[in-house]
Amino acid sequence: MKNTPARAPDAELRERIRKLAETFRGTPGPLLEVLHAVQRAVGYVPPAAVPVIAEALNLSRAEVHGVVTFYHHFRHTPPGRRVIRICRAEACQSMNAAGLLAHAQSRLGIGLHETTADGAFSLEPVYCLGNCACSPAVMIGEELHGRVTPQRFDELVTREGQGA
Amino acid sequence: MTITIYVPRDAGALSLGADDVARALTSRTRGPGREVRIVRNGSRGLYWLEPLVEVATAAGRVGYGPVTAADVPSLLEAGLLDGGAHRLCVGPVDELPWLASQQRLTFQRVGIIDPVSLDDYVSHGGFDGLRRALEMAPAAIVQEVTASGLRGRGGAAFPTGVKWKTVLDQRVPTKYIACNADEGDSGTFADRMLMEGDPFMLLEGMAIAGLAVGATQGYIYLRVEYPHADRTLREAIEVARAAGYLGADVLGSGRPFDIDVRLGAGAYICGEETSMLESLEGRRGEVRVRPPLPAIKGLFGAPTVVNNVVTLATVPVILQRGATFYEQYGTGQSRGSLPIQLAGNVRRGGLVERAFGLTLRELLYDYGGGTATGRPIRAVQIGGPLGAYLPVSQLDTPLDYESLSGIGALLGHGGVVVFDDTVDMAAMARHAMEFCALESCGKCTPCRIGSTRGVEVIDRIRLGIDRERNLALLEQLCDTLLNGSLCGLGGMTPYPVKSALQHFGADFRRPI
Repeated sequence: MKNTPARAPDAELRERIRKLAETFRGTPGPLLEVLHAVQRAVGYVPPAAVPVIAEALNLSRAEVHGVVTFYHHFRHTPPGRRVIRICRAEACQSMNAAGLLAHAQSRLGIGLHETTADGAFSLEPVYCLGNCACSPAVMIGEELHGRVTPQRFDELVTREGQGA
Repeated sequence: MTITIYVPRDAGALSLGADDVARALTSRTRGPGREVRIVRNGSRGLYWLEPLVEVATAAGRVGYGPVTAADVPSLLEAGLLDGGAHRLCVGPVDELPWLASQQRLTFQRVGIIDPVSLDDYVSHGGFDGLRRALEMAPAAIVQEVTASGLRGRGGAAFPTGVKWKTVLDQRVPTKYIACNADEGDSGTFADRMLMEGDPFMLLEGMAIAGLAVGATQGYIYLRVEYPHADRTLREAIEVARAAGYLGADVLGSGRPFDIDVRLGAGAYICGEETSMLESLEGRRGEVRVRPPLPAIKGLFGAPTVVNNVVTLATVPVILQRGATFYEQYGTGQSRGSLPIQLAGNVRRGGLVERAFGLTLRELLYDYGGGTATGRPIRAVQIGGPLGAYLPVSQLDTPLDYESLSGIGALLGHGGVVVFDDTVDMAAMARHAMEFCALESCGKCTPCRIGSTRGVEVIDRIRLGIDRERNLALLEQLCDTLLNGSLCGLGGMTPYPVKSALQHFGADFRRPI
């Protein structure tokens, strides 16, 4: 990862993560559930969370690290206030998703996997949002948008930027 | 009398502003006058008309679409509440040829009912299949599914009854039903529509599977990219539990069955069944070597039925109407109906459920109406990112398992993505390799290394570097992936690449 989190999680955060992890102790195969819970609560999975989770679930650090890094969804760095996911899969490509992505990058002034300097937006690729009859598709936070033109993208960014 | 208006809550309809439309309708029909009830249904699957607003009238449900919030005042003025004429009016929705010509078995209720209303579900025949299954011996349920000819709709097309029988025959106390809802293939959204539009049908299918094989716990492995389906499923599970359809004592039978939703985390490979099981167990989604089959040693080492959403959601129809009813649809070894997802650059995209055997040409022109851009169709990709690209000369191929395998293609999960004549097929072939490299779990070498080398070789071909030698090398590399990979990701990435080479070779030989 190209940049480390702004600061190491403090004792309070570690304690929060430990408590979150322990609520899943009775769950079979709990690690993904725990990582989702941590990312929902903190916005990402801080590297310092790995030993805490490992201890709470009686796993090795390597196992937890291996899982965190396997899945595209888990972030290792704090996200912007809004995460914009632009679909790059085939159906969206057939409706010029590449053009939309290029537009988004120049509009936001960032590349994929990057966050704007003001912390408002992170830009991520995604491979299919299941909205393939309404391509190209974009997801902002958990809100799905279909038939997104560059103009519509700008409207969404303006609107979301005000709320962010 | 209360007027019922339907505004979909399907994620696709929401992506086009359905919530804004519902809000505008609510605020403008509030107050004195006729009482209006707004039902948030699933999508009928006519996505070019979404958001499709319907109003229940004496003459059936009259539709308007695509509706924006700004259209609401003029719609109400035109008499929307009585199905009045308006430029957006499409008439009685059930009579639209696009819909009337379909054979909706699995999607019979999607878009029609309130997805989380148990009353709606039951009054439309819901849980009839489960009630019948509760009166049958496990082997008889399995036999019914076998006789229906149902094959796995996730892509592998394995006979469902045969898989269930293997699990039934394992004499161990703990077994699982694992529903694969990791619908990662581009161009597919049938699982999502079902989970958002008729979730009880999936829960019912899983409960029947549990009764059939002797499993008491089911998991739905849902992709994290589907937050709307996640919320709808969890709500439906709560409702079904509270009403006794799930839980410790299914419908007073004394037999337990319960379901949990587990979220994936953005790994395409987890749609592969053994990788999905690893992920459900909380590990890296690396594929397992088979044997043992998941039906013998699956989730947490126990015999496990792994089926796709559409497969499991079709089971209630089979139990309700009987194997013979279902089996009469279709052709050859492709029995029943196929929910086709028509996507990409197409004028009228959406969900077309028909008996197997519809030709691609009928699908693309009669239903699809050609491309959205108005340019000629040049290629279609069937079966997701690992599916073959077909040229227009093959459009008379019927959509069934045998016909497609006869031309070196696969049906997969039933997604059909349309491209117009501006598509660069060498770029699409490169994308297939790039996607494989990005999503490879890394367990086997052909997939992990071969995909990256594939991108490099295609780059050299496109740049004209040693072109003929590299084209030959690409063919060899495809054969290595095809024959040497552990699972379908590496094993099928050659399909789009080889078909692009075969049918669109000129795109690889463009002057630099």
